[in-house]
Amino acid sequence: MSDENKNGVDTTGHSWDGIEEYNNPLPRWWLWTFYATIIWGIGYTIAYPAWPLINSATKGVLGYSTRAEVAAEIAKFDEMNAPIEAKLVAADLTGIAADAELANYTVNAGAAVFQTWCAQCHGSGAAGAVGYPNLLDDDWLWGGDIEAIHFTVSHGIRNETDGDARYSEMPAFGDILEEEEIAQAVQFVRSLSGQTHDAALAADGAVVFADNCAACHGETGTGDRDQGAPNLTDAIWLFGGSEEALTQTVTNSRFGVMPSWADRLSEADIRAVAAYVHQLGGGE
Amino acid sequence: MAILDKHKVLEKNATLLLAFSFLVVTVGGIVEIAPLFYIENTIEEVDGVRPYTPLELAGRDVYIREGCYVCHSQMIRPMRDEVERYGHYSLAAESMYDHPFQWGSKRTGPDLARVGGRYSDEWHVDHLRDPQSVVPESVMPKYAFLERKLIEGEYIIDSLKAHKMVGVPYTDEMLENAQADFQAQIDPWGDTDGLFERYGENVPVRNFDGQPGISEADALIAYLQMLGTLVDFSTFQPDPNR
Repeated sequence: MSDENKNGVDTTGHSWDGIEEYNNPLPRWWLWTFYATIIWGIGYTIAYPAWPLINSATKGVLGYSTRAEVAAEIAKFDEMNAPIEAKLVAADLTGIAADAELANYTVNAGAAVFQTWCAQCHGSGAAGAVGYPNLLDDDWLWGGDIEAIHFTVSHGIRNETDGDARYSEMPAFGDILEEEEIAQAVQFVRSLSGQTHDAALAADGAVVFADNCAACHGETGTGDRDQGAPNLTDAIWLFGGSEEALTQTVTNSRFGVMPSWADRLSEADIRAVAAYVHQLGGGE
Repeated sequence: MAILDKHKVLEKNATLLLAFSFLVVTVGGIVEIAPLFYIENTIEEVDGVRPYTPLELAGRDVYIREGCYVCHSQMIRPMRDEVERYGHYSLAAESMYDHPFQWGSKRTGPDLARVGGRYSDEWHVDHLRDPQSVVPESVMPKYAFLERKLIEGEYIIDSLKAHKMVGVPYTDEMLENAQADFQAQIDPWGDTDGLFERYGENVPVRNFDGQPGISEADALIAYLQMLGTLVDFSTFQPDPNR
């Protein structure tokens, strides 16, 4: 066979069982693109951090670093928000709602903070779950005005990290009362909230309640916000109002823990989320 | 061309081709990998990072065993959206005692690099038992069995030894007291002096799952509650040029 075919293209000269291979040149566009990538690669290593040296890598003439970039980007947004955040921090908490521009910013910022940090326990719609308070209703353990909400968010509840955290613990009455007395108290508590109950047991339960529970929950069972003692006369139950749930709560005692956010969030963020929660429906 | 003719020698000799291929890969490896062991930005020293306590190490083993890394990353990238959501971006030093590291590559669930202290222990118990009870939209499976599986920590010393072998600075004293430290971290009323002395005052000591005995849930929650909490970013400022 010849080394040239009818189109004038050489073959590589190899012949395997009579099969030959054209030696076509690479397409020009492909070849130039390939050269361009080589040049780009060299330029890239000059412009950006690349080559490892003795102690560190070359910095690149552009001086790029991901850390510097993210710091600059965060600073840029902080700066954009700075005037209104300064206004928010300086504002009287109760006056936020009256200032339309400030309230608009605050509630939207607060919603973002809430979805990031609070939704895991209180739910993305703030309706809570068993053991995690619903923030939409009028029932507040520690107070529902914006000052109280702000304090709760800042310092948390029953955590070990913040000395100012709201603190109270219901004793486990399983160690203090007889089972019979607990059953009586449970019936009395159910009577307080107008649920079906055993009237005879509840009558005895009133005495147990007055001796053991009234100190925190109040003589009429309406609770005490200074101690975070829930109101027992309404239909809202943190751990359930059924006989079984109440018996377990009284016997073992149950209470929640909320982290302190003062170390994790800025004052503006805390004020924003407090204002957001306050305007959800239950704010006082 | 002459050089291509020389290349034919390699192409026609399989052993020689293998030897030279290996040589080329070695050069590439040395240039790309070896500098990581000495250049400054990969060995940044950061105060506060300590080896895991025996209980946390056991929790980490549970984390790996259950494949948590398949859905959860532990790597906050230096991007504004991640820093705003999860906290300060992760530092290389924060996983220096991780063997293997748990950076992950998939976020079906959220990043966990700074989950420590973010939720209460009770939340973690509720969430591991039935994730949908607290986060209805979650697709995470239930891990209720963890709180029923009690562990004593009698084999944790082996894990410490293995980590020591690959460079984690566990002292002989830490090894000797591995099981004692394992049990001490769960009992706030017990003798925790040794644990604090060996691993620092900041080690959280609690009955993490709120139930008697040491369960795998205790270990896992102990591990989760310390993730990302070792470096104090109020005092540590990373060098922005790294």
